[in-house]
Amino acid sequence: MSALVQGTAAPPLVNASRFRAAHEAEWDRLDQLVTRMEKRSVRALSDDDILALPLLYRSALSSLSVARETSLDRALTTYLEQLCTRAYFQLYGVPDTAARQLGRFFARDWPMAVQGLWRETLACLVLTLAGVIAGWWLVATDASWYYSIIPDAMASGRDPAASAATLRATIYGPQEGGGLATFAAYLFTHNSQVAIFAFALGFAFTVPTVLLLLYNGLTLGAMLCLFASKGLGLNFLGWLTIHGSTEMFAIILAGAAGMKIGTAVAFPGRLERTDAAVIAGRSAAIAMAGVVLMLLVAGLLEGIGRQTIQQDAMRYGIGLAALAGWLAYYYLPRRREAPDALAA
Amino acid sequence: MRWRRKRERKAPASLRRSFVTPEGVDLRLELASAGTRASAFLLDILILFISLILTTVAIGLLGIAKARAEIFMILWLIGAFMLRNGWFILFEMGGRGATPGKRLLGLRVVARDGGRLTGGAVIARNALREIEIFLPLSFLGMQAADGAADGFLTLFAFCWTGIFLFFPLFNRDRLRVGDLLAGTWVVNTVRAKLGEDLVATRAQQPRRTFTDAALDLYGIYELQTLENVLRNGQDDAIVTVAATIRRKAGLPDDGDDHAFLSDYYAALCARLERGMLVGRRREDKHASGGRR
Repeated sequence: MSALVQGTAAPPLVNASRFRAAHEAEWDRLDQLVTRMEKRSVRALSDDDILALPLLYRSALSSLSVARETSLDRALTTYLEQLCTRAYFQLYGVPDTAARQLGRFFARDWPMAVQGLWRETLACLVLTLAGVIAGWWLVATDASWYYSIIPDAMASGRDPAASAATLRATIYGPQEGGGLATFAAYLFTHNSQVAIFAFALGFAFTVPTVLLLLYNGLTLGAMLCLFASKGLGLNFLGWLTIHGSTEMFAIILAGAAGMKIGTAVAFPGRLERTDAAVIAGRSAAIAMAGVVLMLLVAGLLEGIGRQTIQQDAMRYGIGLAALAGWLAYYYLPRRREAPDALAA
Repeated sequence: MRWRRKRERKAPASLRRSFVTPEGVDLRLELASAGTRASAFLLDILILFISLILTTVAIGLLGIAKARAEIFMILWLIGAFMLRNGWFILFEMGGRGATPGKRLLGLRVVARDGGRLTGGAVIARNALREIEIFLPLSFLGMQAADGAADGFLTLFAFCWTGIFLFFPLFNRDRLRVGDLLAGTWVVNTVRAKLGEDLVATRAQQPRRTFTDAALDLYGIYELQTLENVLRNGQDDAIVTVAATIRRKAGLPDDGDDHAFLSDYYAALCARLERGMLVGRRREDKHASGGRR
């Protein structure tokens, strides 16, 4: 039966009321701090606030545990859940400052990631070389193969029917149309997009990546054979080396990064498949960021350096020096830092 | 019939995932649904396109005015590249872990293992967008360009790329291929105000008391549904619920539905919580009552 009782019976006490009365001030303060961090950054907090933050966070977490076990007030648990989640991401999930991330990337992450790809890099190098040899051999035995390997747009007059003089002009002549810098920017963006594409394709069990690398080698071999047959082999190689040493290296690395992911997905070893994919994916992605930077350098060398420098010796010198620089940067032994448990 | 039994046992699909902090508390994150994520992506693409068009127009005007087309051409090339690749990466690497589109819809990228979001993970999950979005688009474009040159091949290619495009629909965690590879997932970030204490607000007023039989009618599920009804404050819902409870408990109508429900809520809540203290948690009205 229900009856109105005029204040004689003690009002029913629920846990949530007591709990709110005891802790609501703390939750409010944490809420304010987290909101300020979300809106601006940690720097918006005073020293006192920063000192208080972990304590407030832990007490909110313990409030959440207690509320889940003892209170049936759903608004309370929902509120505490979102508060704790937001605080968690502000405390644990936020990356380093941009400057520190960049510093670590150049000093350690980038070369280490490339070093970790050495097996795949070798495999990709072998694939590219196989493509070059095949391309050379095909065009050497039957010049008509050249037309099926290299599309017309890419050949732009450089085909077996051209005379030695025309071919020489493509190596030493001025660039047609457009300024050098525009050309460099175009090359950089285009090549980078292709490299990222090759990397992403690695996820499909590396098959498309392997095909891309082989085709890249084929075109190179076919071109080499064409120029060599007109006695321009070394000149063409010089024209190519100045930027090609960097560009080819970058493409091989992009292929290697894709291959690493594909093999990790296909053959996870002792790890779970998804875990293997995550480990491979994160390190290969860092290598890819490096590849894009390499392609930026290659674009500059190709767009500007190649057209302004006309002597073969200089072209070889710059190209080989760049290659030596990359190799030293990646593979020279370096001191291993103690692994940062949080950054892993 | 084994397969039939299996189907019965299957829990309803939910997007709540357990996520244990280093302090050992489960935060029960809620994953974003595929629809929300697609909308966030479309928003981002929209912003990208608009800024691209605006800069193109601006550069075009500047180029005409000053005839220094080359510099602007370079700026445009690099800018378009940065927009396509850098937009997602740079925003997600920032402290908020979200692009503007995601922020508008209340989403956030999070590492699945609970650690901080590393640059490698962000680059990996966005580089894979190449095969998820741009590969299918390029095949579509190819088909549009060639007409019906090789319908079967295009169909095959589109199915193949469709695997990547619709990948989030094929797994429970709504992971993109990029998420899978980067070890991330996308969660809803809700912001809620603490609702007022339903019991304390009526502490000073006279209260109804209820018999044990009237309070034994319901369990925790019904209690929390009643809490929702009271917090939403919709009059017709309150009238209906009050009438149902009165009918079941055999109580007379005293004309003040809201006060009646508030009192009933407080009494039921106190009773169920008392039960919990001694280890009797009654999930809903079908579970056995407080006294066994």
